[in-house]
Amino acid sequence: MIAIDHLWNSLGATPLVWLVVTLAAYTAGSALQRACGGATLANPVLIAITIVAAVVVVTRTDYTVYFTATQFINFLLGPATVALAIPLARSARLVRENLAGVGLALLAGSVTSTISGIGLVWLFGGSRTVALSMAPKASTTPIAAAVSSQIGGIPALTAALAIVGGIVAAVVGRTMLTRLNVNDWRAHGLAAGVAGSGIAAAQVAERNELGAAFAALGIGLNGVLVGIVVPLVAQYWKS
Amino acid sequence: MIPALLVLLGCELAGDALHQMVGLPVPGPVIGMSILAAALAFRKGGASSGSPITGSLEQVAETLIRHMGLLFVPAGVGLVAEIDVLWSEWLPIAAGLIGSTLLSLAVTGLVMHWSIRRRAARRARDTVQGVERG
Repeated sequence: MIAIDHLWNSLGATPLVWLVVTLAAYTAGSALQRACGGATLANPVLIAITIVAAVVVVTRTDYTVYFTATQFINFLLGPATVALAIPLARSARLVRENLAGVGLALLAGSVTSTISGIGLVWLFGGSRTVALSMAPKASTTPIAAAVSSQIGGIPALTAALAIVGGIVAAVVGRTMLTRLNVNDWRAHGLAAGVAGSGIAAAQVAERNELGAAFAALGIGLNGVLVGIVVPLVAQYWKS
Repeated sequence: MIPALLVLLGCELAGDALHQMVGLPVPGPVIGMSILAAALAFRKGGASSGSPITGSLEQVAETLIRHMGLLFVPAGVGLVAEIDVLWSEWLPIAAGLIGSTLLSLAVTGLVMHWSIRRRAARRARDTVQGVERG
């Protein structure tokens, strides 16, 4: 045990250990999802976060030590966000063809998500910090986390909410919209992209190509819109 | 791959610069994404013009997007530092998350559905009138 403690003390301080732990946890999460037949609930990101968090807690590592070690991974979120421009530009034709519908639905869905997120947290007695962390959660995770840290939310909480919200939308989305008599793939896709970003979009993408294109469109445009709407709402909502 | 990274990081940097200088409320990477999307969409030949830079840009972008989940892990582990908040505010968090997700799904789906049907109805009416006039 003493030897292990000694080894840990010298290795635990280097970034390498934490990079390996993070990659291993994500690989394990992906493998587990495959083993579950691609079940939405077995989300590799949530599994990876749980495993790494357990290792961090068990080894009594300070979160700042872990985050400093894995800064490189986190840094790539910036270029990955910019990269979303490529699928967005590809769907520019779809926007032009459905300009009014997409614009209206996007604006209505995005504002509903922001206002009802803040409102429900407030109604159930939550704090301002939690409400601000909730507000941008419908947009794709890197954008949600960036907006959250800018307006005074907790980025880690927002990232987790974005992922779990995506799972909620993926699990109930199709059934709920069908019950509401929404039977057009364009509407299903856009709703999945706006309300549940990547995770819900993947669910639609498996079933229908047109739905997939509108889901990608919803993710991209909602990212831009949340980046504009949420900071404005936060600015005017000073209690 | 390097020119593609240069484009992505350059757009992010431009976005950050705009964010700081103009004081836009939008985060830098989101501005960077909008700049790149606009540049790609309004270029001659559309988004896929087949130039070598576009080709490698598409490859790098696809790789980054496909593995985006991994990139959230370091930030997500930050939840261990926020465990007190989760514990004391689980009810507003759960209510806000589930409620706003379902509401936003329903509103987006219904508005889009309504607009598609309205347009289809108008087009059908125009066709009928066109036939009657012809």
